[in-house]
Amino acid sequence: MNFVPRWTMRKLNTSAICLTAMFTLAGAGQLSADEAAAVSDSTALSTVEFINQKIEQGYKDNEISPSEVASDEEWVRRVHLDIVGRIPSLEEVNAFIEDESPRKKSVLIDQLVDSQDYIRNFTTIWTNNCIGRGTPRRVSRNGMEKFFREAFAKNRPWDDIVVDLVTGEGHFEENGAVNYILAQMQLNDEAVQLTAKTTKLFLGMQVQCTQCHNHPFNNWQQAQFWEFNSFFRQVRKVDHRKTDPNTGRQVDDYSEVVTRDFNGPVYFEKRSGLMQVAFPIYEGKAIEPDAFDRRKEFGKLLVSTDNGETPIIAKAFVNRMWAHFFGYGFTRPVDDMGPHNAPSHPEVLDRLSAEFVSTGYDVKKLIKTIANTAAYSLTSKFGEDNMVDNPAAGEVPLFSHMYVKSMQAEQLYDSLIVASNAHKSGKGGWDEQEKQRNRWMQQFVVAFDNDENDEATTFNGTIPQALMMMNSELIEKAVSIDRGSFLFETFSSPGVESQKMQDLYVAALSRRPTRSEMSKAQQMVKAYPANMRANAYQDLFWALLNSNEFIFIH
Amino acid sequence: MPIWNNYGMGRRHFMQHMATAAATIPAMNFLSHVQANSSTVKANNKACILMWMSGGPPTIDIWDLKPGSKNGGEFKPIDTAAPGVQISEHMPETAKVFDNLNVVRSMSTREADHGRGRYYMHTGYVPNPTVTHPTFGSVVSYEIGRHRKALEIPSFVSIGGGSGQAGFLGMAHAPFVVGSDGQIRNAPSQEAKDRLPNRLDMLAAVESNFIKSQRGELPQAHKDVYANAVNLMTSRQMAAFNVNKADAALGLEAESDATKAMYNMPAGGGGMGMGGGNGFGQSLLLARRLVQVGVPFVEVDLGGWDLHNDVFNTLKNQRLPVLDRGISALVTDLKQRNMLDDVTIVWMGEFGRTPRINQNTGRDHWAASWSTMIGGGGLKNGQAIGATDADGTRVADNSKAYLPGDIWATVAHAMGIPLETVHTSKRGRPMKLANGGSPIQELIG
Repeated sequence: MNFVPRWTMRKLNTSAICLTAMFTLAGAGQLSADEAAAVSDSTALSTVEFINQKIEQGYKDNEISPSEVASDEEWVRRVHLDIVGRIPSLEEVNAFIEDESPRKKSVLIDQLVDSQDYIRNFTTIWTNNCIGRGTPRRVSRNGMEKFFREAFAKNRPWDDIVVDLVTGEGHFEENGAVNYILAQMQLNDEAVQLTAKTTKLFLGMQVQCTQCHNHPFNNWQQAQFWEFNSFFRQVRKVDHRKTDPNTGRQVDDYSEVVTRDFNGPVYFEKRSGLMQVAFPIYEGKAIEPDAFDRRKEFGKLLVSTDNGETPIIAKAFVNRMWAHFFGYGFTRPVDDMGPHNAPSHPEVLDRLSAEFVSTGYDVKKLIKTIANTAAYSLTSKFGEDNMVDNPAAGEVPLFSHMYVKSMQAEQLYDSLIVASNAHKSGKGGWDEQEKQRNRWMQQFVVAFDNDENDEATTFNGTIPQALMMMNSELIEKAVSIDRGSFLFETFSSPGVESQKMQDLYVAALSRRPTRSEMSKAQQMVKAYPANMRANAYQDLFWALLNSNEFIFIH
Repeated sequence: MPIWNNYGMGRRHFMQHMATAAATIPAMNFLSHVQANSSTVKANNKACILMWMSGGPPTIDIWDLKPGSKNGGEFKPIDTAAPGVQISEHMPETAKVFDNLNVVRSMSTREADHGRGRYYMHTGYVPNPTVTHPTFGSVVSYEIGRHRKALEIPSFVSIGGGSGQAGFLGMAHAPFVVGSDGQIRNAPSQEAKDRLPNRLDMLAAVESNFIKSQRGELPQAHKDVYANAVNLMTSRQMAAFNVNKADAALGLEAESDATKAMYNMPAGGGGMGMGGGNGFGQSLLLARRLVQVGVPFVEVDLGGWDLHNDVFNTLKNQRLPVLDRGISALVTDLKQRNMLDDVTIVWMGEFGRTPRINQNTGRDHWAASWSTMIGGGGLKNGQAIGATDADGTRVADNSKAYLPGDIWATVAHAMGIPLETVHTSKRGRPMKLANGGSPIQELIG
């Protein structure tokens, strides 16, 4: 089978190998947290410079030139979608374009990271990562969201968050972290799913296959799966019931995670039929099998830097975060890291990870570093000289231009709300808004009926998505001309018509129309009968919101 | 809520709008492949209906029983209409029509993880991080659906599931996913339909620059998908999704109570939700209607097979009665309508389940030796192909082992897709049809 990705053999890695060799000579295979701090004096700027330099080296090695820097309009839209999960409003675009400060990009990144919408965006992302979009049975979406909302609001260190998630105990609304575990315990499966999901999501490793056999192409052994698994065997899920006072019937009450008494080894069956035992061991470190709380011990091992290496949870998170901004991580897929799948830019991954650890797993700081890189500022257009940098066709990403990403359904929903001013009416609090969005979201969720509890969405680039964009109530609201709507406010306020047309473009696409677009739009509007002018603007706005330029992050 | 009400108003009216609208040229381009005249699709068109058993069905309890083995479990085999072929006692209706079907008992695949198995069985290829292979429904859409100019609705419909991507064949060949009740969300209101021509003109004008701006394939793919969606929205073939709708020109009748009862559709027409219970029969009936109007590939999902616990009770009380009724209804119905020789039926899941019965009276994931079912399609039906050993733990020594590519190659043969067809990945790599699989000789004879 031809599984080894060709791109691991590309030129890029020649410099990687040299550099790794240098570090090896210096006495360590990887850049430890302390070394990174020493090299970088831990300012964001120097890490940014280091990354810029390494990524540029990749351009040189592959004999390509990067695309141009993105226009302010292109960049301001992208950075909003990536950090706060929605397009910028008309006012936000105009303010940014008019700002003449040379530092305005970093300033905006700082502002966005400190905004309420940042909290909301990353809460959505991590709630989906942990419990999916179609909340499993006896899991509290509310509780999970509350946990992440607090975590991102306080910028809690990522290692603390992970430890809370894997060691959580108690009532699913009092300690929202436990919903992560509850969601992986849908079947009575001896924590198999919890083991597989934890390694994939937080350690960036795919071990689910090793439940039954040694991994065919990485170092994972079947025994390791069960060693991991044995950390989770004290977990127990308890579903409480109560009597409904109105009907007298038994109904679901709360669920909770409790720790049960378990201190033996775990038994598993080899392919040969031989039974084997496994003890709790992580990265070569064993704990006492009779440890009172194995998950707490596991939590300690996850963040341990005893061996001088950057903890795996840091690298896994950095890889994910990079992919969040660029559409591709350093490995493909992002959650299959390891010696069998060499990263495209190992020094960048190592440096970012080391810095992440040395800053105390500061998520906001990591985001700022990534968003301030030169690569992030480039346009999504291919240049003259970088057509080969096309990861959509399977090539290794060189980050010489921005890759076009599809909006997630939540980003689309929130963007439509912003484009049509619905956010200004201020209806309902956070919970109400979340509920509305979740309800809307369900039309795109397809759950697979199996023990991995996985799901797909029919959202990205499909006919159901197109039908939703063309015909749904949501889009009808967005192009409404009722009092308070964007179109009503725009056209009932004073000002010249051309300015208003421009506002439509900026509200939807975060950019002004070109001269030819403007005259084309005017011509189309004029073709409507005079008493149908409002319809004409509605149809134009509908077209802008339905356009490819709207739905893609570019 | 009735969807697509007044569908008769749809296409012709829409096309008239297009003709009289002020600036029609861009929209006409946008819809360049739309056929203004929706002629009836001939009933002899080739099609495939895939019954996808999400979760991995225990084929040892359904198609390849092992009486006398410690792995055999509770069920007994019974004779079928195919001489010498026995299947589970809990599949009595299917047994009666088994002369139209075949079981392939020597599947030996390698993916026992749901996600990987789903990918492998649907595409014939193991997952690879640098390329997304098309699910076979997308291949059929590309090879056959694309050339059926009279077909206005998507040429790959997935009912009640969500499996599969079109990969390098492009989003225009992705499955169109609907629920088992055939209801399509976000159908246009009459007002929205009336305004569509103008809006599409505007859209064509607005988005053309972005397509030309060198940002890869996604912007154009977006436009293609919209063209498909518009095509669908305005097509009278939408009647196929509503079992109560008749359209003589399309050869569709409102389904009789007797037909609904045969498929075990719930009375009153309410669906049971995706993939579950009676939804399966309803989905199969829908599939038959879609095939009638020319859809070449329909996938129908039936979940609930991930039976790590309590496998025998669940099978005999829940899963098998639903499956048995569905298969026999579809075969009977297609046969009565003289469609069975044109429609290949495939039944498969991600993998089989362990011959060994676990401590929870369940069976776990097992890919080394298991069964799929294939029939109709003008194949030489009524056979058991291949065999496993006495305990079901491996393919028997004298038996050829089959891969998903061999099943899809058999389907390709039945549908008239040349086996030497090669697609090209986005990177320019040649990709053989069905990963180079070969049709099962005994079936194509």
